Amino acid sequence: MVTQISVKELQMLKMPTVEVQGTDDKPATSESAKVVARDVNVYYGDKHAIKDVSVDVPDRAVMAFIGPSGCGKSTFLRCINRMNDTIPICRVNGKIVIDEQDIYDPSLDVVQLRARVGMVFQKPNPFPKSIYENVAYGPRIHGLCKGKAQLDQVVEESLERAGLWKEVKDRLEDPGTGLSGGQQQRLCIARAIAVNPELILMDEPCSALDPIATAKVEELIDELKSNFCIIIVTHSMQQAARVSQRTAFFHLGVLVEEGPTAEIFTNPKDKRTQDYITGRFG
Amino acid sequence: MATDTVPASGPIEEKPADIIARGIKARYAAERRFKLYGILAILFGLTFLCFLFGSIIAKGHMAFVQTSWKLNVFLDPEVINPDGGTPTEQELLTANYAVLAKRAMAKQLGFDPKSRREARDASKLLSRDVDLEIRRVVMADPSLIGKTVPIWVLASDRVDSLEKGSLDRNLPARQRKISDQQLAWMDKGTAEGFLEKRFNWGLFTNGASSSPETAGIGVAMVGSLYMMLIVVVLAVPLGVAAAVYLEEFAPQNYWTDMIEVNINNLAAVPSIVFGLLGLAIFINFAGLPRSASLVGGLVLTLMTLPTIIIATRAALKAVPPSIREAAYGVGASKMQTITHHVLPLSIPGILTGTIVGLAQALGETAPLLMIGMVAFVVEYPTSPMQPATALPVQIYMWATSAERGFVERTSGAALILVAVLICMNLIAVILRRRYERRW
Repeated sequence: MVTQISVKELQMLKMPTVEVQGTDDKPATSESAKVVARDVNVYYGDKHAIKDVSVDVPDRAVMAFIGPSGCGKSTFLRCINRMNDTIPICRVNGKIVIDEQDIYDPSLDVVQLRARVGMVFQKPNPFPKSIYENVAYGPRIHGLCKGKAQLDQVVEESLERAGLWKEVKDRLEDPGTGLSGGQQQRLCIARAIAVNPELILMDEPCSALDPIATAKVEELIDELKSNFCIIIVTHSMQQAARVSQRTAFFHLGVLVEEGPTAEIFTNPKDKRTQDYITGRFG
Repeated sequence: MATDTVPASGPIEEKPADIIARGIKARYAAERRFKLYGILAILFGLTFLCFLFGSIIAKGHMAFVQTSWKLNVFLDPEVINPDGGTPTEQELLTANYAVLAKRAMAKQLGFDPKSRREARDASKLLSRDVDLEIRRVVMADPSLIGKTVPIWVLASDRVDSLEKGSLDRNLPARQRKISDQQLAWMDKGTAEGFLEKRFNWGLFTNGASSSPETAGIGVAMVGSLYMMLIVVVLAVPLGVAAAVYLEEFAPQNYWTDMIEVNINNLAAVPSIVFGLLGLAIFINFAGLPRSASLVGGLVLTLMTLPTIIIATRAALKAVPPSIREAAYGVGASKMQTITHHVLPLSIPGILTGTIVGLAQALGETAPLLMIGMVAFVVEYPTSPMQPATALPVQIYMWATSAERGFVERTSGAALILVAVLICMNLIAVILRRRYERRW
């Protein structure tokens, strides 16, 4: 049994070691963290899906949640904008704090929370409306813009930041569902950043995309991290290595290990993490 | 069996490919047989459909034409207002127009108007309501009085039947109930062009009548229209609201389960039971007028509600969860998610369900019999509170009459009803096609 992954093994994983980021990252502390989760437990009916997860997510950085299918990483992600509230049988215990505010506090308004915490889903899900309407919808319902000119500006800026403006600027009135898969996903990212959230949750955003579209979305994530705190759930370890500064490994509902990405991939402390990243299971 | 003769461990054991090849013929045969059953079933259904349509078209198409006489009526001022001067409305209403028709017939057929027997025979060739037709012309334009005007009046039911061939002219005169003299007059009329089959507008505009030639579905259509309006106004908002609440807001518990089961049960309740309910509640308890299309509309609303609720819930369920998640994800409230995204996307389904429900209600007869809409209504109802009939009820009433004219009208009205229903279903199909979305 190897306790340390050799460079050769990493190359076999097609994971260029030089590109692993976050080597200079200091471990996040509660003070600098954007999201602090403590002892979070999630139940689907009788099923105990998430067990005592505590994690700190740093601001203006990308954190990746990795792990095998059904390990609870998406479930945990959906706790952060309380998306699990929409599932009647789902119960959440524990504490999740964003900017010193407990998001499970009864006085907190979930609509406001979701305006602060944007979400991008696994399958691109633009509204069956025009491209313009897709992006303008968030600002419009929250009343963020006064007048059409300002709304136009927000739409343009959001599409620009999502790297989609050049491709769609002449057909803003076309339906968003008519775009290609990769464009649809960037449209969904534009829709999420149009309300100017503090935090963006991405649930396997590239799993339905081809490698070229994936590269574009990853590039975009890299640019967005200078303004937003991003949490990404991914199946692809290469993707986690490429885009994230910190990585958390989930297994069977338990947070096994969390740390700077480079450390998780080159020097995992837990044997389960090591087995997973070397491809022994999952 | 081949497999029995070959030992399992033997050297010449069959290959799987051979076993498969042996069975494959039977498999294809089963497939062909199954296809044949399907085609036979469809042919069986189509045959009966053709037979049904063939029979009502064959019987009903003649209802759309009606034999008419062209009478050159001299609107004699002596008869209309013997007192002279400008005729009052009362005089115009009560004048003896039948005499005018009789004189015109005598002139046209060349017999002495004083001959009572010939005059009686001739008047039997015309509809009993011929005076009303002349009155209508005069009242529309009183300045015609004193002139000779050509007026197309309806021929009697028997003349009509003979003309259409449903009564055999070779029968003995007693059996066909048309004398040889009358037959000769008819032939003269046909030859000289004043006896003719013309398009039967009266079928669409007239109300109930005891003589078939002047009976029409006008009142029934107005009654049906009122009821459809009431159903649309009441059942659609109620049904959609109930469905949205049950599908989107209601908690999952014993009570909502009970409601759901009972809505499905309600859709299966026989319509006559709804009629009894309407009779007990709307007429006996609430005191609404009998035979009124308001009551009919309310009863049909109750009947249509379950259909609309079920269709709307199915349409709401069909909206993919990803759209809801997307809306929640940008911070839309539940209400915004529903009104901005879920409802607009389910409108085609809701519309389809509504139209199918309306079509059902339009063809419903039994509950209307219970609330007295099976009435002899001559005058158009001017409001839903007034007595009216409905299309299917009118068909039912005509079907119980023996005259030839009513028989063809029964089928004719059935054709009209079926045509309306086919149109409604077509609209539903077109809407579904046009707004169908793929995610």
